[in-house]
Amino acid sequence: MKKEDVPQYSDLSAGCKVINYATDADGQYTLAQSAGWEVKDIALRQAWDAIDEQLREVLKEINAGRKSPLAYHMIKNQMDAALLAKYSGISRWQVKRHLKPRVFNKLSESTLAPYLELFDLTIDQLRVVPEQPEILLAEQERQDQVR
Amino acid sequence: MKIDFPHQQFAHCESGVTTNLLNYHGFPCSEALVFGIGAGLFFGYVPFIKLNFLPLTTFRTAPGSIFAKATKRLGIEVKREKFRDPLAAEKKLDELLAAGRPVGAQTGVFWLPFFPPAYRFHFNGHNLVVIGKEGDDYLISDPIFEEPVRCPAADLRKARFAKGALAPKGKIYYVEKMAEQFDVPGAVTAGIKEVCRGMLKTPVPMAGVRGIRLLARQLEKWPAKLGDKQTLLYLGHVIRMQEEIGTGGGGFRFIYAAFLQEAAEILKNDELLDLSNHCTEIGDLWRDFALLASRVCKGRATITDSFADLADLLRQCATEEQLLFTRLNATICR
Repeated sequence: MKKEDVPQYSDLSAGCKVINYATDADGQYTLAQSAGWEVKDIALRQAWDAIDEQLREVLKEINAGRKSPLAYHMIKNQMDAALLAKYSGISRWQVKRHLKPRVFNKLSESTLAPYLELFDLTIDQLRVVPEQPEILLAEQERQDQVR
Repeated sequence: MKIDFPHQQFAHCESGVTTNLLNYHGFPCSEALVFGIGAGLFFGYVPFIKLNFLPLTTFRTAPGSIFAKATKRLGIEVKREKFRDPLAAEKKLDELLAAGRPVGAQTGVFWLPFFPPAYRFHFNGHNLVVIGKEGDDYLISDPIFEEPVRCPAADLRKARFAKGALAPKGKIYYVEKMAEQFDVPGAVTAGIKEVCRGMLKTPVPMAGVRGIRLLARQLEKWPAKLGDKQTLLYLGHVIRMQEEIGTGGGGFRFIYAAFLQEAAEILKNDELLDLSNHCTEIGDLWRDFALLASRVCKGRATITDSFADLADLLRQCATEEQLLFTRLNATICR
């Protein structure tokens, strides 16, 4: 890649520049800052869209009474039951039980404590879910708009 | 307290961390040199190991190996530690900082607040250098970023004990004792030989040039096997592994070309300059692949029209890389 071809397309990079290796006019390699590349952004946005879609589906299930609010927070943090079990120290089959609304609604604050600490939520925040998914990317885009 | 640390921004976390640490300890070197001596270049496609539910695709060797191999080949004594208890891990880190020693650490990316939200995924092979502590904040030299950053202790603790694939288990590493003198040509030769071995002579079909061909074969089957939606996710994942922050572009092929340019001077071997150019062309091929793949992901090109072309581009990469590393091996072993 030549230095003048280093892409400077900025959409999702939040002002962070990365280093690309590129050749100068004499063919010597130099370190060149890149503001971003559209190709990367497409792939990145696609990954976030997949999370957003998962969240929309899980919200439907929660509203239909088939899943507990824990399922929303789990997916929002890009986890499945296995990873959540590892992080919370609660066994996987227990985590899966906690994803059922009937079980979840009876759980005490002390049982939920590992989830609260992990997701940095209060008990009231854990028990409710928003109407629309809230993904980290959307938060960044709000910040970008303010800027 | 803050250690006077020469922070420089680089393309890749682990080779950048190693470079900054070696510069601090009095061995001036470039990131490309460290990457080459540490034999960072590789290719692997392992469909049965899943990362974020997608098949593992990698353009580099396992996390931790660049630091380990580069320091070993330069005769530098290092220390590595893992922990079970997060508090013990933090105490040890604080002790080392108090003694004035910058400390490398493996972390997950998801919990690091200084990363732009768009990049926060569960990837646990990230590396950074802790260079100080002020109150409850750690001061961090993360080579991906232009300037040193701050990170609350609680967040760094979570990041050091991230769970899942490649869990760092609080891993820290630091330079114990520098060598008296450095055999740079010997280290460069050893690094090149290892990369050639990894790319050409692997016993498994998932690695090296054979891994690229495997990916080409499997990629052709994705649309029929997975359906359109999942196919595009798989394709996007390959782009991200190839171009996401940290590869310097073209799945590390450009940084390796920069290394070969430096190696030509160190080993007084002009053929390496030719090979460096070849490696740049291969990097450009990988960029072409990513560009076409992204057009398919975005819906600007269709799966039916483009998948044969994508597989062809991969096969071209494989053919060219086989040629490059065969020639490289020959000139180094001569």
